[in-house]
Amino acid sequence: MSFLEVRNIVKYFDKQPALNNVSIEIGTGELVCILGPSGCGKTTLLRIIAGLENPDSGQVLIDGKDVTNLPPAKRSYGIVFQSYALFPNMTVMGNILFGLREKKGLTKTQRFQQACKSLKLVDLYEHRDKYPRQLSGGMQQRTALARAIALTPAFLLLDEPLSALDAKVRVKLRSEIRDIQRRLQVTTVMVTHDQEEALTMADRIVVMNNAVIEQVGTPKEIYDKPATPFVASFIGTMNFFRNSNELIGIRPENIEITNEPSSSEVAANIQTLEFRGPLTRVYSTISESEGQTSEICLDIPTGTAKQLCLEENGTLYLRMSKEHQITYETTAA
Amino acid sequence: MTTARLPQLLVLFICVVVFTTVLILPMFSLFSKAFMGKTGEFVGFANYLTYFNTPTLSASVLNTIDIAAWATVFSVTLGFLYAYALLRTRIWGKTFFKYAALIPIFIPTVVHALGLVYLFGKQGVVTRAGFFPFELYGRVGIILSEIIFTFPQAFLMFYIALEFSDGRLYEAADSMGVSGLKKLLRITLPELKFTVINAVFVCFTLAFTDFGAPKVIGGSFNVLATDIYKQVAGQFNFNMGAVVGTLLLIPAVASFTVDRLVNSQNASTLNAKATSYVTKQSHPRDAFFFLVCSMVSVFLLALVVMLFVGGFSENYPYNLSFTLKNFVFNASAGGMGSFVNSVFMAVLTAVFGTIFVFVYAYLLEKTSRGGALTKYGKLLSVLPLALPGMVIGISFIFFFNSSANPLNFIYGTVAILVVANVLHYFSVPFLTATGSLKKLDKEFESVSDSMNVPRWKTFLRVSVPLSLPAILEIFMYFFVNAMITVSAVVFLYSAKFKIAAIAITHMEEAGNFGQAAAMSLLILGINVCVRIAYEAAIKAIQRRKAKKEKVA
Ligand SMILES: Nc1ncnc2c1ncn2[C@@H]1O[C@H](COP(=O)(O)OP(=O)(O)O)[C@@H](O)[C@H]1O
Ligand SMILES: [Mg+2]
Repeated sequence: MSFLEVRNIVKYFDKQPALNNVSIEIGTGELVCILGPSGCGKTTLLRIIAGLENPDSGQVLIDGKDVTNLPPAKRSYGIVFQSYALFPNMTVMGNILFGLREKKGLTKTQRFQQACKSLKLVDLYEHRDKYPRQLSGGMQQRTALARAIALTPAFLLLDEPLSALDAKVRVKLRSEIRDIQRRLQVTTVMVTHDQEEALTMADRIVVMNNAVIEQVGTPKEIYDKPATPFVASFIGTMNFFRNSNELIGIRPENIEITNEPSSSEVAANIQTLEFRGPLTRVYSTISESEGQTSEICLDIPTGTAKQLCLEENGTLYLRMSKEHQITYETTAA
Repeated sequence: MTTARLPQLLVLFICVVVFTTVLILPMFSLFSKAFMGKTGEFVGFANYLTYFNTPTLSASVLNTIDIAAWATVFSVTLGFLYAYALLRTRIWGKTFFKYAALIPIFIPTVVHALGLVYLFGKQGVVTRAGFFPFELYGRVGIILSEIIFTFPQAFLMFYIALEFSDGRLYEAADSMGVSGLKKLLRITLPELKFTVINAVFVCFTLAFTDFGAPKVIGGSFNVLATDIYKQVAGQFNFNMGAVVGTLLLIPAVASFTVDRLVNSQNASTLNAKATSYVTKQSHPRDAFFFLVCSMVSVFLLALVVMLFVGGFSENYPYNLSFTLKNFVFNASAGGMGSFVNSVFMAVLTAVFGTIFVFVYAYLLEKTSRGGALTKYGKLLSVLPLALPGMVIGISFIFFFNSSANPLNFIYGTVAILVVANVLHYFSVPFLTATGSLKKLDKEFESVSDSMNVPRWKTFLRVSVPLSLPAILEIFMYFFVNAMITVSAVVFLYSAKFKIAAIAITHMEEAGNFGQAAAMSLLILGINVCVRIAYEAAIKAIQRRKAKKEKVA
């Protein structure tokens, strides 16, 4: 039984579709990532769930109840924006109490305790009297998160919560957010354009492109069985080549190599070798029917590359086993 | 979701209704009067034909263009040189020069004329020394007054434009060995193209529509602004007054159109990488610019010095002994009461103007789904830019003084003066408010909505405190301008509520220069105090902000 559901959402901005018939179901306690290139409609979808934007048609359901026409405050969510939107004239504590003060039926001490609890959860209790600009980017991000969870919302909405941070802090915060989300068991929708973020954090990923959903699945499903060529190339690296009417995809790490030919292998012409530390990436081309070629790249351990004495313009034989090949109808390509 | 936004839309709706009432409806009265005969029948362009076939009237059109054009040429040239001197040379005394250039914005245009009389009038200091062979009253006097009036505007526009230009262009030119003069002609001027166009239009429009200076120093040289006053206040020929009013709108509407076109093209080219300009040493250049700045600032200071001399002396120029008797104003000019009235009116204008402008800018900025209401509201917000004070004044008479108007009761009270001032000086504060609000995070409201915090609370607790510097600037701007304005209020003040700037006009016309100078000093004094208080407040805010940003 899904906790949060959007059904057939359509949203146009000046005749341009931002969302074209989008439907998703999200289970209780799940962390779902909405992943897609910039401009594909992710933020718009999140804002429609939040009630900050009206859909042209379609419904939003929370816990089975149609909330499409309810104002944001009646939907019980916490939200974190890419910019954090912390109030710079209030302390960390002030930011968190700002929303708590609107919770009628709580005493002053109860509000304060609840604020402290959420500050401790994000490990910012000692910094409660500082102003946002006195904090590092990561701490500001956690303040925004604390503010979002202080009202004990039924679900959390995060719009690119990590994209304003340095690479290192980003990786650290990924696991922190995931950890807090697991502890609170709070249903979470997170928007990101970073595939690594989605793969490492999500229970399920919704891949979007051009205002439509391309695929929904667990990170493993999405990676191993990308439903469309777009998903395949957007997440990780995928080689494509043609076989009569079909488009075949195969991941670089699933290609084995030899330098002795036999019947099952395909000859490839090495174009460039790119040293990447422990692995070496080989860019090569294979020929198809009618004189066409396809580029195939593969990663091989740098040691193996040395043993095989690979060099540019040399020839290499690729073994691409059928079980790793993913077939797409050409019309879809 | 409509429920959460309903109060906001309602407030916007009320603001738009108020705005329409004080802007669109009076304009409508003005235009209908221009096309009506004395008894209210429609006469088409007959009034315009009469106007242009009466040489005494139509001569004013050419006169006005003449003085406005000369004033514009001088102001824009001097304003550019002055701003260039302060930002692109290494002359000494820049702070002094900067404040000296701002002197005229603190005093009414009638006082610029008064200062000129003290310097170049028949008993003027310069005239008595035998240096000024011109007749001050008339064309020359008006042109000089309008130069003083419009110079600070041109200066500030160039100052801001030069301050934000990109030093990298000059570094590139230096690396290619381009000469200084060539850099001025090939980089600076093209870069300032839009500023020049804007400055020309602003100065021309201000000089074209100014009433104060021609009123007291114009002699028999008629311009449109004095004509409109004579038609309405002297001859009660409202239809002809309306005709002149519509003529006064022409340069403002033209400049408004150009402003829209220019500003839509002139998207700021400044980016984060722009470096500031570093000035190189050059003695001949600095000597030239120092001379220009000294001459301008000495001239402006001389005006103020003469106000002190005139205001504090027994009987200038015959008896210069010190006295305070000039500060005991004649009862016919409203006595000290007119100064108190002016301060009262300025405070009301500043309070209500600031609230209205800021709330209005906020609503237009934050009401995303207002649809037609927001669009219409935005249109209203740009219109006051094209409205000269005289036109506001005369259209208010037509609209509010009609006995059929239920709002007739505000006629003759301080309320109508405040409304006229807020409308007259709406545009600059509106830009300040919008600019400040645009800098705030767009998502503050979204976050608050999600936490069930009402919008008004977010407005008061977040938007207002974060925009405090802009709010203070708007307050000061309204106050200072309400203290010095003559044009809009000259039609609207009542005998029971006289105000200082107009009292000065009457004193000057009565030849009572000592009291006029004394009153001018009071206006200058309070405006300078307000300005100092403003700058102190801004410093305090910055210190507090720095404390909140210091990493502990
Ligand atoms: N308020 C708006 N007005 C007009 N167009 C918008 C607005 N918000 C988003 N769009 C357009 O809708 C599309 C999707 O935007 P968005 O949802 O922000 O994408 P994403 O978050 O995936 O980068 C974009 O083409 C964007 O330009
Ligand atoms: Mg986005």
